[in-house]
Amino acid sequence: MAEISIRDALNQALDEEMARDERVFLLGEEVGEYNGAYKVSRGLLDKYGAPRVLDTPIAELGFTGLAVGAATVGLRPVVEWMTFNFALLALDQVINNAAKMRHMSGGQLNVPIVFRGPNGPAEYLSSQHSQALQSLFVHIPGLKVASYATPYDAKGILKSAIRDDNPVVLIESEMAYAWTGEVPDEEYTIPLGKADVKREGSDITLITYSKPLRMVLEAASELESMGVSAEVIDLRSLRPLDEEAIYASVRKTNRAVVVDESWPMASVGSHVAWLISRNCFDVLDAQVELVCSEDVPMPYNHRMELAVQPSVEKIIDASKRVLYME
Amino acid sequence: MAEKVLMTALSPTMEEGTIVAWRKKEGDSVSSGDVLCEVETDKATMDYEATQEGVLLKIIRGEGSSSSVGQTIAILGDKGEDVSSIVEEAKAEGSSSADGSEAEETAAAPEAKEAGAGKSADDREAGQSGHDVSSGGPVKSSPLARKIAADRGIDIAQVSGSGPGGRVVKADVESFSPRSAGTAASSAPRTVAAGEDQKIPVSGKRAVIARRLAESKFSAPHYYLKSSVKMDGAMAARTQLNKELADKAGFNAFLMKFVAEALKRHPDVNAGWQGDHIMQYGSIDIGLAVDLGNGLITPIVRNCGNKGVVAIDDELKVLIKKAGDGKLSPEEYTGATFTISNLGSFGIEEFTAIINPPGAAILAVGSIAKSVVVNDQDEIDVAQVMKMTLSCDHRVIDGAAGGRFLFELKQIIENPVRVLF
Repeated sequence: MAEISIRDALNQALDEEMARDERVFLLGEEVGEYNGAYKVSRGLLDKYGAPRVLDTPIAELGFTGLAVGAATVGLRPVVEWMTFNFALLALDQVINNAAKMRHMSGGQLNVPIVFRGPNGPAEYLSSQHSQALQSLFVHIPGLKVASYATPYDAKGILKSAIRDDNPVVLIESEMAYAWTGEVPDEEYTIPLGKADVKREGSDITLITYSKPLRMVLEAASELESMGVSAEVIDLRSLRPLDEEAIYASVRKTNRAVVVDESWPMASVGSHVAWLISRNCFDVLDAQVELVCSEDVPMPYNHRMELAVQPSVEKIIDASKRVLYME
Repeated sequence: MAEKVLMTALSPTMEEGTIVAWRKKEGDSVSSGDVLCEVETDKATMDYEATQEGVLLKIIRGEGSSSSVGQTIAILGDKGEDVSSIVEEAKAEGSSSADGSEAEETAAAPEAKEAGAGKSADDREAGQSGHDVSSGGPVKSSPLARKIAADRGIDIAQVSGSGPGGRVVKADVESFSPRSAGTAASSAPRTVAAGEDQKIPVSGKRAVIARRLAESKFSAPHYYLKSSVKMDGAMAARTQLNKELADKAGFNAFLMKFVAEALKRHPDVNAGWQGDHIMQYGSIDIGLAVDLGNGLITPIVRNCGNKGVVAIDDELKVLIKKAGDGKLSPEEYTGATFTISNLGSFGIEEFTAIINPPGAAILAVGSIAKSVVVNDQDEIDVAQVMKMTLSCDHRVIDGAAGGRFLFELKQIIENPVRVLF
């Protein structure tokens, strides 16, 4: 197995799927000549040529709509949004067209399309460019939404998303593109809709997805030094949600802390916390805690920027509360 | 602005108190220092003095109800203020106590169980009580704790909660045993027909006795030393002294004096285990276990090493009277460096006692009875003999140290003039 970055894992997935199926094509701002703002599409223009790797104007609604139309008539576009903050401009095409076309046509039309790009806070980008906007997409029936925080998951999930006949939104993280991990040499895919136990434990379940996975694993190690065995669930897929994986773990540990880097209201985290409270009620020994970003626009000041986001310390504090360790 | 009046810790070990009587009524004005109510703590009945000023707007915990430290018992504020939201909040605090209705429910459970012919009736009963608890009853508990309690047939109202606001959590139910139940219904016990089981509510005092003794017995490695003492010398000394006293000195005062003299000579026994060190106490503070009928308490005579029998006896009489009236203050019964328990008046020949922390030893004293002894001339003789058993905490007192002390004590009692040595 090779140790590669998430950036390269995504590049491999795109390359393999483009080689496998000529209907797959890539479009977005700077994906061609510049090899992508985060170099995910490096080398693909040279390899597959201009018709299959399209540099678009700075017009998210326009090129997203173009891709939805192409998918409707049989192609399999992969749209790269330079960031989800820019994708707000394209929401009408995603929500009203991509997510609804199958329903509105009575199943006659499919929209096999992937929307992907970095989401969530990076650093020093202030409030307009630091948003974790997954809740907007997860909210919409007709879309699939998934995330990844390891190269293995990134490659396997992107390949499945490209092969899926439904619109799939993949949330990535600018901070995580360089994270490395082992990826098998042979081909594989990871089915959408499956969570993954990233660490087994028996005393408490920590549930997260995307970039916070790394700090959750760090918190789990610290908890171990305090004598607490924490299980870490990486949801990976947000819609559909692998509820059974969550419940199986909480049935074992009797306590749960959900970690989500978006805001608290109507979020993946708040929804998961509700599901646990509702469906694991009789096995809970404590309230379900949610560690998320403060309900404010992202401050520019770096200390404040870090202070409003989840942290290892906040995760441990919440864990102690549900473990009655205070 | 209305303020909550909270149950506070009126003694160092108090976790819960029962309000015996309210001395102020709703509508009375209260100044700081006024006695609001009388509270039965784990050991004594104490006056609860107000630290706030205002009008007593609402009594949340009525007479006979118990509250954990930190729970709201009343609301003080300005006359005519609306306190309904605070009352709601206070009531929602939950309570590990049981009021009248709960006590009835508790008492009714075994009956209902007997009435139910099969398993289904039992299940239904368990389900119902579980439902009652979750639908706004005064017992805060986690869903898991309730489920485990229902599965094991434990009445969750009997389990004291260690979670926030007294919430009963899994660990509390799992460690619960009926004997250690720390909370109580304070209503009068029901009269029942002969042969029927009776559930006796555990008072705050009983719960503390249970907890402290279990803690001592299970954490301090006890060992026991036994010795028989010829009492003729001590009894003669007592008779002689009492001839000169208008108010005769009791036997226990003599015993305390003898023990104090032996402790002076063996200060390593006047000590306690403190986790990371041993504390050898500078003052010899001897507690005497006193039966209260519904529990026991150990009033302490301080600094016995520097007091004579008469002074010890005077103090002991006052303390025992106060103990009987439930009026001992915490400093009069906490911190004994050594304890004596005397069951001689019940005709008990000998017994072993559980160490009373923070001390590391307790002397269990049996009855004085005529016994056949072999005297120094190898003749069979009749003497007054008392058997005593010293329980020692081995972490503090090794066997030889305990033995030296007990031998000293035996010699002093048999020949009281030795205190002059």
